[in-house]
Amino acid sequence: MIRELTCIVCPIGCSLKAEIIDGAVTKVEGNTCPRGKVYAENECTHPMRTLTTTVKCVDGSIVPVKTNSPIPKEKVFEAMKMINKTNPTLPISVGDVIIEDVFGSCVVATQNKK
Amino acid sequence: MKKELVIIGGGPAGMSAAIAAYESGVRDILILERDDSLGGILKQCIHNGFGLHRFGEELTGPEYAWAYEKQVHEKGIPYKLNTMVLDISSDKVITATNAEEGIFTIQAEAIILAMGCRERAKGALNIAGSRPAGIFSAGTAQRLVNLEGYMPGKNVVILGSGDIGLIMARRMTMEGAKVKAVCELMPYSGGLARNIEQCLNDFDIPLKLSTTVTKIHGKERVEGVSIARVDENRRPIQETEEYIPCDTLLLSVGLIPENELSKSAEIELDRVTNGAIVDQDRQTSVEGIFACGNVLHVHDLVDYVSEEAAIAGKSAADYIQNQAAEKICVKLTVDGKIRYTVPQRITKKQDATVYFRVADVFRNVKINVYCGEKLVLSKKKAKVAPGEMESILLKKDMLDACSELSFRLEEE
Repeated sequence: MIRELTCIVCPIGCSLKAEIIDGAVTKVEGNTCPRGKVYAENECTHPMRTLTTTVKCVDGSIVPVKTNSPIPKEKVFEAMKMINKTNPTLPISVGDVIIEDVFGSCVVATQNKK
Repeated sequence: MKKELVIIGGGPAGMSAAIAAYESGVRDILILERDDSLGGILKQCIHNGFGLHRFGEELTGPEYAWAYEKQVHEKGIPYKLNTMVLDISSDKVITATNAEEGIFTIQAEAIILAMGCRERAKGALNIAGSRPAGIFSAGTAQRLVNLEGYMPGKNVVILGSGDIGLIMARRMTMEGAKVKAVCELMPYSGGLARNIEQCLNDFDIPLKLSTTVTKIHGKERVEGVSIARVDENRRPIQETEEYIPCDTLLLSVGLIPENELSKSAEIELDRVTNGAIVDQDRQTSVEGIFACGNVLHVHDLVDYVSEEAAIAGKSAADYIQNQAAEKICVKLTVDGKIRYTVPQRITKKQDATVYFRVADVFRNVKINVYCGEKLVLSKKKAKVAPGEMESILLKKDMLDACSELSFRLEEE
């Protein structure tokens, strides 16, 4: 089976073709860099996404956060629920861990807030 | 007050320009910023995808801004927050105001304009219907959700498929809203392919091309919109009209450089870019006033904004330090298929990267640069699109004995 994909690794957005045999990616075409190949392989077997959102602090202020590595795509909404239930306290600095373990990644702050 | 260099705007362009000017030896710098912190629009762009070119890693908007803000702090570059510039004169007197100092003026030796851009508003679109609550520009919705923690609505239709619209389709979906459709007037999206994939396809949000909103329903609050397909002249086809119930309409229909101050300084503007006409140094028609970032022309990537702003910052430093170079004057012209170039003229005999945008999607074409009828440069492109800024390097020897270089897009 050939699956057509759009690479999301960088703004170029290469059109990729992945050949899948018995659930495994055997060939990737259309990528202009090695990361495109890795993306296609992951996307066809276990798609991953970096999640970016916000948390509401105890005092009501809003701080942007992200998972510091991609998490399984199908867990994104569950991760949102976990993050929306979390209310950290200020001050917060870029890189501070807000939640330790969210589907194999951790949620970190992306902005300073006093 | 007197200053060597005043920078209007503390977003990515202003900060990068300030750092470049500092690194070129200027110390008497002042950044004027309207908001209560540095960072500009990046603060509300909480998604990732910034900085791949410049830092080799994917950062979120606030992280990208912080990378520059940190340098501003480390170098001790002064800035004033909550300060609104009211006027700039062509002899470089800046009138500004803030709560502490009232109205004050600064005589600058050089000025860098880095005010960014604004969103095109609903008024520019002429959609039928009354004016109910629930209509937002995509950027306003982004600010409400990401900075203020409010959801603008639950059932959403988005008009325009620019990147901000696509990003907000995903963001609203993640926070529990139902995005029913993204409508795009043109037969292609104005956004990046990766954003169609990860913001729409990931959530099965339909992208309706060649489609527009013909009517907004509801009196107090939006109750729904009528949408219709458009013909090749972009006129709605009545038989295709359908009704979508929704409580919110987001508009992502283009950005316009914010040049009110440039006009008051009598700077010559480009009617296509809506920004200043500049040379390779990003110097405008008024000597000593430079422009960079989205106030000059709208960029796709902040990485390119930073790059351009660094050119403006260094050039402003050269201007202040009187580093005169041999002057030439080469005008860059376009054929319409190429909509514009930045810079629009070359005044120094040195290599210069020229950025440009095309008017439509073209495949297998050549970007040809002519001096008179002599072809001096040619670059093949498999595909060009209006949403993607292109660039081409002009070598200094191409500028010999030439007063005009014409940029043409030609079929192979």
